[in-house]
Amino acid sequence: MVLTQSPAVRVALSVAIATGLYGLSFGALSVAAGLDLAQTMALSLLLFSGGSQFAFIGVIAGGGSGISAMSAAALLGIRNGVYGMQVNVLLRPSRWRKLATAHLTIDESVATATGQTDPDEQRRGFWAAGIGVFVLWNLFTLVGALAGNAMGDPARWGLDGAAVAAFLGLLWPRIRAKEPAAIAVVCAVVTLLAVPLVPPGVPILIAAVVAAALGLAGLGPATEGLEPGVEPYRTGHPAPTRGDV
Amino acid sequence: MSLWGWILLAGAVSIATKFLGFLVPAKLLDNPKMLRVAGSLTIGLLAALTAVNTFASGQSLVIDARLAALAAAAVALWLRAPFLAVVAVGALAAGVARLLGAA
Repeated sequence: MVLTQSPAVRVALSVAIATGLYGLSFGALSVAAGLDLAQTMALSLLLFSGGSQFAFIGVIAGGGSGISAMSAAALLGIRNGVYGMQVNVLLRPSRWRKLATAHLTIDESVATATGQTDPDEQRRGFWAAGIGVFVLWNLFTLVGALAGNAMGDPARWGLDGAAVAAFLGLLWPRIRAKEPAAIAVVCAVVTLLAVPLVPPGVPILIAAVVAAALGLAGLGPATEGLEPGVEPYRTGHPAPTRGDV
Repeated sequence: MSLWGWILLAGAVSIATKFLGFLVPAKLLDNPKMLRVAGSLTIGLLAALTAVNTFASGQSLVIDARLAALAAAAVALWLRAPFLAVVAVGALAAGVARLLGAA
């Protein structure tokens, strides 16, 4: 089968382009937060998970310490471990492919793969989206970082406003139901109450503890919040819910 | 540890987290409690990051041009704008608010 005729590959490419483009905003915001070009690229190449990368630079931009930034990124990345379990069941990669498959396990590749029913299409979708996003995300991170360096003072260009919008944009698709919305509000309030009391960066970790406790208490969403924050199949047939996987 | 150290460690933790998912038995996926915790963590952290980036300035809370960015981004998201457009709208709103005299 010609790859360009595969519906999964076509979806994967459009997802890769859309996601890759917002690497522009990550690159620009990262240098605005005070990271240099090489550090920004290291995050996109090695950490390679948009939410966690934004979390890392978001903590640094607020004056937080390296350990707070790393912790926030690590906690936000826990969902990737859950995706890993799903992908492992779905694709059954051989032992030697596991590490590459794991590194490409992100919102976009998982959403593209799980949106398909045919195992071959799932496989094509995963790899096309994973590799496509990886290449374009890193390319546009570089472009964004270079542009950010050339722009100078971030506040003058409203880049701090861009960071706010980016976080809201990452949160938005996950709060369609009442319970996730309640968790979001509680965690935001707890964070703001903690800001004057503890060093920068720590309020975010306190919110994480509260969120985990809410989840443990059964108040959390059963599925919401864990679904990838992207909907590659929104315009075509509806994306299947987790229960369909 | 320097910032570089934390960046490399964050990368290593990220890869390890993803890889761990491939090593544990698939049965764990059936544990609703674990899924709930992972889901609410994701939501809680993103909400916290949104709040901090909007209102925190060091250890104080301030209302400045970033609030305009939050409001504009919410409207853009409500209108189903794509992510990159939302980010651009946020930047534009903060920039315009500052032109109009906001801190």
